Amino acid sequence: MSSLPAASETTTPTAMSAIAVDGLRVRRGGRVVLDGVSTSLPSGTVAGLLGPSGCGKSTLLRSIMGVQRIEAGDVRVLGAPAGSKDLRSRVAYMTQAPSVYADLTVAENLTYFARVLGAPDADVARVTEAVGLAGMTGRLVDGLSGGERARASLATALLGRPEVLVLDEPTVGLDPVLRRDLWALFHRLAAGGVTLLVSSHVMDEAARCTRLLLMRDGRLLADTTPDGLLRDTGAPDVEAAFLVLVEQTP
Amino acid sequence: MSPRITAATAARVLAQLHHDRRTVALLLLVPALLIALLSWVLAGDEPAFDRVAAPMLGLFPFITMFLVTSIAMLRERTGGTLERLMTMPLAKLDLLTGYGVAFASVAVVQAGITAAVAFGALGLEAAGSTWLIVALAVGNAVLGMALGLFLSAFASSEFQAVQFMPAFVLPQLLLCGLFVPRDQMSVALEAISQALPLTYAFDALQQVATDGAGAGDILLDIAVIAGGTLLALALGAATLRRRTA
Repeated sequence: MSSLPAASETTTPTAMSAIAVDGLRVRRGGRVVLDGVSTSLPSGTVAGLLGPSGCGKSTLLRSIMGVQRIEAGDVRVLGAPAGSKDLRSRVAYMTQAPSVYADLTVAENLTYFARVLGAPDADVARVTEAVGLAGMTGRLVDGLSGGERARASLATALLGRPEVLVLDEPTVGLDPVLRRDLWALFHRLAAGGVTLLVSSHVMDEAARCTRLLLMRDGRLLADTTPDGLLRDTGAPDVEAAFLVLVEQTP
Repeated sequence: MSPRITAATAARVLAQLHHDRRTVALLLLVPALLIALLSWVLAGDEPAFDRVAAPMLGLFPFITMFLVTSIAMLRERTGGTLERLMTMPLAKLDLLTGYGVAFASVAVVQAGITAAVAFGALGLEAAGSTWLIVALAVGNAVLGMALGLFLSAFASSEFQAVQFMPAFVLPQLLLCGLFVPRDQMSVALEAISQALPLTYAFDALQQVATDGAGAGDILLDIAVIAGGTLLALALGAATLRRRTA
C-alpha cells in the first residue's frame, strides 16, 4: 500500500461516519476470511467494494449488516453496533442470491416486505418502477429470469426510507441501460444523504462510485477515490490499478 | 412483537399456499380420502372403524403440518429470505406466530372437511363431541407445526427434512396407543411413550371418541399438547439466529 493512504488513516470519528469498520477479523470454517479490515464511510457516500469472487466482499457486507459472527473488531452503522435493533428499519440489505419468495408474485413479495418494514403499500409501485419491473408485478418470481429476480430483490432493499443501503452485486447481469439508470438512482439517493455500499466483481463499475474499496484475500488493498486510485498507481484503468496494487503488496 | 407484522406473515404464508393449488388440494382432501379408504378396509367391522377413525382424524393434521412446515421453514432458511427478515424489524415471535396462524387456519379447513366426510358420509360415530375432536385436530396441527419449525433447523436439504417425518413422527404413532394399547406394552416402551407429545394427543382423542369425555376430563392432555407446542416454539425461536457463522 506504499503510496496509498492506509485504511486506518482515513478513519474519521465514528459519530461522523455512516459505516465505521475497525480491525474486523472474521473466520469461517477455520479459514480467515477477513483480516484486519478498517474503513469509514461518511453519509452520502456511494462506495464501491470491488474485488475478485471469494475475496471476502460478501462477508464484509454481512458483517456490516450484523448477520455475520465476527472474531474481532468493531463494526458500527449510523453510530450503533452493527445489527442493533434500532438499525433494522434504517439499514437495507440486498444479498447476493436473490432473497425473495419464488412462489409469490413480485407484488406479493414487495407488499409483504413493505408491511414488515411499516412502509406504505404505495412504495411497491415506486420501487418496481425504479428497478424496471413495473410491467411484471403480477408475475411469479419463479418464472422470472435471473436478472429479473435480482431486480425484485433489489426493489425490496429500496422499500421504505433506508439511510444506509448495503447491496451485494446488485447490477450483475443487467441491461446496460438499466444499469446506468440504477447508478443514477444510487447517486440521487446519496445526494439526499443516503449512504450506499455496493459490491461488484466487475472493475469497470468503479468509475461510478465516489469512494473505492479494493479487496483481495480478505484485506483492503486500497481505500480511496477513483481518481486517487489512478493517480497513485499511475495505471490507465481500475483493472490495471488492481494489478499494480497486488504487485506492491508484500 | 407486532400484530401488523404477524398478520402480514400469516397472509404471506397463505398466499404462498394459494399459488400452489395442488398442495392445497392434497392437504385438504387426502385425510378425508384416507378415512374413506379405512372405512372400506374395515367394512363390516364398525366398532373397529369407530375406534380407529376418530383418533386418525385428529392426528392427520399433526403429520401434514409437521411436513409442510419443516419444508417451508427449510426453504426460508436456505433461500436467504430468513436472513433478509432477520435484518428487518421482525421479531422471531412474529414469524413463528405468523406461520402458526396460517397453518392453524388450514388445519381448521382440513379437519372440517375430514370430519364432515367421516361423520357425515361414512357414518363414523363418536361418543363425545365432534366439535371437540375437530378442536383437538387443530391443536395437534399447531403442535406438529411447532415441531416441524424446530426440527427444520437440523435439516440442510429437503431430502433430510422429509426423512424427519418417519424418524420423529412414525415412532410416536407406533407408541401412542393407536396400534397397541399402552398398558400392554413393555415397561420400557410405556415409559418412552409417556415422554412423547403424540401419546397425549391420541389419549385425548380416544377419550372423547370412545368414552365420551368432555374438555374438562382431558385437561392434562390439553396441557401437555399446549406445553409441548410452547416448548417446541421456544426451541424453534432459539434456532432462528440473527447472526450466523
